Amino acid sequence: MSFDNAYESLADATEDARWAFGTTGQGVDPLSGVDTTVPAGVEGADLAAYCLMLGDDALIMSHRLQEWSTNLPELEDEVAVANIALDLLGQARLLLTRAGRADGTDRGEDDYAYLRAEPDFRNVRLVEAQRGDFAQLSAVLLVFSTWRLALLDRLADSADPVLAAIAAKGVKEVAYHRDYAARWVVRLGDGTELSAERMGAGLAEVWPLVPELFATHPVERRLAEAGVGVDPATLRAEFDQVVAEVLVAAMLTVPDAPELARVGGRAGRDGVHTEVMGFLLAELQSVARAYPGATW
Amino acid sequence: MTAPADARAVAETVTDPELPMLTLADLGVLREVSEQDGRVTVLITPTYTGCPALDVMRADLVRALGSAGYPEVEVRTVLRPAWTTDWISAAGRHKLAAAGIAPPGTVPRRTTGPVPLTLVAPVRRVTCPHCGGTDTELLSEFGATACRALYRCRACREPFEQFKEH
Repeated sequence: MSFDNAYESLADATEDARWAFGTTGQGVDPLSGVDTTVPAGVEGADLAAYCLMLGDDALIMSHRLQEWSTNLPELEDEVAVANIALDLLGQARLLLTRAGRADGTDRGEDDYAYLRAEPDFRNVRLVEAQRGDFAQLSAVLLVFSTWRLALLDRLADSADPVLAAIAAKGVKEVAYHRDYAARWVVRLGDGTELSAERMGAGLAEVWPLVPELFATHPVERRLAEAGVGVDPATLRAEFDQVVAEVLVAAMLTVPDAPELARVGGRAGRDGVHTEVMGFLLAELQSVARAYPGATW
Repeated sequence: MTAPADARAVAETVTDPELPMLTLADLGVLREVSEQDGRVTVLITPTYTGCPALDVMRADLVRALGSAGYPEVEVRTVLRPAWTTDWISAAGRHKLAAAGIAPPGTVPRRTTGPVPLTLVAPVRRVTCPHCGGTDTELLSEFGATACRALYRCRACREPFEQFKEH
């Protein structure tokens, strides 16, 4: 279909395929027609929890990236960061939907994104970190996409064909994200005295959240043993190597920062988040909470 | 009794909402169309995970087949094998170039081992769709939609979009 202008397309009342809160349940299902049988040797509840971990990482990172819209230094970066956020939101939609098929509740993506309470979110704490300056954004994106690319690349061989397919697609996307972030880290690190200082500070800000990325949760261990998931501990070597390559080119060093403490041994994968997560969810879920069950 | 080929012909006319010069068949998104007892099943493969166009494509397929006399249409998503720009047909590539979008090159074969980091934007031989010049430079790997990159032609000085290899 074509319209003369954007307003006309928004006003098209017959269009039922636009996605936002309140439009699912109207035939929009990212896994429509995909066989989502839980593979043998895996508990449905475990598979669902695993999908939520990877899906929540993407959803919350996407939300933080969306906060950058209209605040980035150049138009090209507006377009780049919005695209990265959109790619991750797409991954989140598939993973959250896959969770609903795996745990037998048949909940949809909206139920998970908008109606869960904070302790039910399984994302690592890195992605919820509050927005800093552009150097810190580059640092977060470098760390997140380097880690996620290594993860998705291995997950593409998953015994669950749905996860394998989502991962294979994600690899192509996140490779672009990592290159984008890495080039900015190099440009700022190997730039002026001020840009190098801020890039170093951005990395130092993020580094306490890095060890958590490689801590194996029992669900991750069980799924890795079944050949369905990936044990994050196995990603550390590749991560270190890629980050080292970037930081050498950026004339920066790997920060020496202690790990952000876990709470009674628990962190993001257990639903224990940092203080900012509550504020993030309050915004993310505000429309759904104010108008429960609304459709349009 | 309508022959299945008709349903396929109808499905093939549906265009991509963001690249209206291309049909879903040109794009390689349309994998299979089958018809049994008037009920049509269409298999499509998404281009990008977050591509909002997919939902529109689905609705457009249902609408086009509906008005062609197929009230019962099921559009299924096939995730594997993953879509690649190599599936864009020769006709599709010509239509892209005619619309001012440089068509994608062949997707480079993946080497074994980790995905290689590319710290310097790769130099690709992208031909300017306006003047045919080959002295072009990449401005940004992210464009107006997930599938497009921004380029500039040093010969005619015009900016243009390229469908990125994916």
